[in-house]
Amino acid sequence: MSRIRDAFAQAQAAGRVALIPYLTAGDPSADQTVELAGLLQDCGADLMELGVPFSDPLADGAINQRAAARALERGMSLSGVLQVASRVRGSRSLPLVLFTYFNPVLRMGLAEFAARARDAGVDGVLATDLPVEEGEEYRQILESVGLEAIFLAAPTTGAARIESIGKATGTFIYYVSRTGVTGEQSSLPEAARDNVLEIRRLTGKKVAVGFGISRREHVEQVSGYADAVVIGSALMKIVEEIGGGHSLGEQLQRRFRDLLPRDRPR
Amino acid sequence: MGPLLELTEAYEAIRVDESFRREMERILRDYVGRPTPLTRARRLESALGGIRIHLKREDLNHTGAHKINNTVGQALLAKRMGKSRVIAETGAGQHGVATATVAALLDLQCVIYMGEEDMARQALNVARMRLLGATVVPVGTGSRTLKDAINEAMRDWVTHCRSTHYILGSVLGAHPYPRMVRDFQAVIGREARAQYLAAEGTLPDLLVACVGGGSNSIGLFTAFLDDPSVGMVGVEAAGEGIASGRHAARFPGGSPGVLHGTFTYILQDAGGNITATHSVSAGLDYPAVGPEHAHLREQGRIRYETATDEEALAGFQLLARLEGILPALESAHAVGWLASARSSLTPGSRILVNLSGRGDKDVDQAAARLGVKP
Repeated sequence: MSRIRDAFAQAQAAGRVALIPYLTAGDPSADQTVELAGLLQDCGADLMELGVPFSDPLADGAINQRAAARALERGMSLSGVLQVASRVRGSRSLPLVLFTYFNPVLRMGLAEFAARARDAGVDGVLATDLPVEEGEEYRQILESVGLEAIFLAAPTTGAARIESIGKATGTFIYYVSRTGVTGEQSSLPEAARDNVLEIRRLTGKKVAVGFGISRREHVEQVSGYADAVVIGSALMKIVEEIGGGHSLGEQLQRRFRDLLPRDRPR
Repeated sequence: MGPLLELTEAYEAIRVDESFRREMERILRDYVGRPTPLTRARRLESALGGIRIHLKREDLNHTGAHKINNTVGQALLAKRMGKSRVIAETGAGQHGVATATVAALLDLQCVIYMGEEDMARQALNVARMRLLGATVVPVGTGSRTLKDAINEAMRDWVTHCRSTHYILGSVLGAHPYPRMVRDFQAVIGREARAQYLAAEGTLPDLLVACVGGGSNSIGLFTAFLDDPSVGMVGVEAAGEGIASGRHAARFPGGSPGVLHGTFTYILQDAGGNITATHSVSAGLDYPAVGPEHAHLREQGRIRYETATDEEALAGFQLLARLEGILPALESAHAVGWLASARSSLTPGSRILVNLSGRGDKDVDQAAARLGVKP
């Protein structure tokens, strides 16, 4: 059984895009990440992406960089994120995908990481700085314990690499909407639609679109052609503004709902 | 990966392109001032006693360091790739100045990323880059040094890769950078080997060079790798000492890991996060070493040693007082190690030290540390 595959299938059956919110684990605290993940599922999240804070988050824009720095200052680590995942899994059924950089995983050891992630109830892992060309051993080790390796594609990715990524990735490919790093933007590149359709045609895999999804119209646009949409910095901005305040859960839910397509029940 | 594949393809094409080679050689000769001399350091020999010392004078290149060998090559490559904008990171500022210089020469828009801490300690080079028409962007995240400047340059590159070439300044990062930068720097060793043979009728016994990312050292060492009689020492920055935790010595103080797209020795904590580095020289203040160095160390071909801030400053003073050369604090690590290791060297040893850059940028800091009043 694959919780990720099932979540995509359910969204597709309901004729809607799957929603994947992202939270940097440990910001503002491990306890609050656990609580916020549950609250996001309550308002419609289909999958949850948990960010592993890293000292040098190359693929991240300013909002997520600051979130990672705050989480690290509070002592969060890959081991800590696995504990957070395990606590979410204790009460929640939604699929959990770790969004990480490769070095913390390598440092823990691929086999130990895979076993501990599986035991924590993690379903998939996306290592942002591990290209598919270097990822075969990692992919095999994850798959041997039933975890999905998720790989990224970008607007600059050529057809041959898209096919390799399609063969290696689990249920879905994470398509980066633009050349660049995570963070909010005013509009999505027009080429995104064609690129997503091409990726699906070449690979037969589901496609999630992320990086810069920060307005309801973005989510509505992406709903028209992609299988899933990832919302990260737009949520972490709220976490940054409210911090550990009592209203964080409520405000985060409000922000998330504000981003949902109009025709979607809330 | 897209931009890296595009770069690899373009680099493979120019490697065998005769017109590219001629253009590069012309600029290195008529503009940079190559070949750089090989200087016998007689008074340093007398002071240390019993060894023969030559200096490869990369400090005499235009802009004051070996960095320009690489920026000429990469800027010409950027032009061939149709890029209108180049970006670079810089630590000590030498790579930034060398990039800003070739950008002016070849009519390329230029943006340099530099950590705020490095901007403070290398203010002269910040002014030089701005005078050359480059935009210098302060990087205030993380340790506010070279590593963070690379992070920011890489973020810029992935965002603007269609118009922009990233001129990475050392043998770091993902393929093809470590090989490409080595190839552009290998001119140092090709010249030095021929010059040494012409002057001495034999090869040196030992090469010594400082290792930050490791471009000046690999540039010198590469031409001698097939000469089994030639030993090589790369000198890392031990800062305030390995035991203090305040250093940039990746081999004795680090472990294998991945940073900036490279699997090599890095300074990291138990959770795989990159740890803070320290060195008196901004150019060596970086938590990863070039992957080819890690490979050559594993093969036993190159030995890696360290010099502390104090030893580097001692090397700086020796060269200034005895040879009339103010070396860059980076290069002073090679001299400082040699002075400290003198007693362990075989009498009569022939030593070739790569003097990778000059110390104009470091005069304020060196004067302060050595108690000299301006």
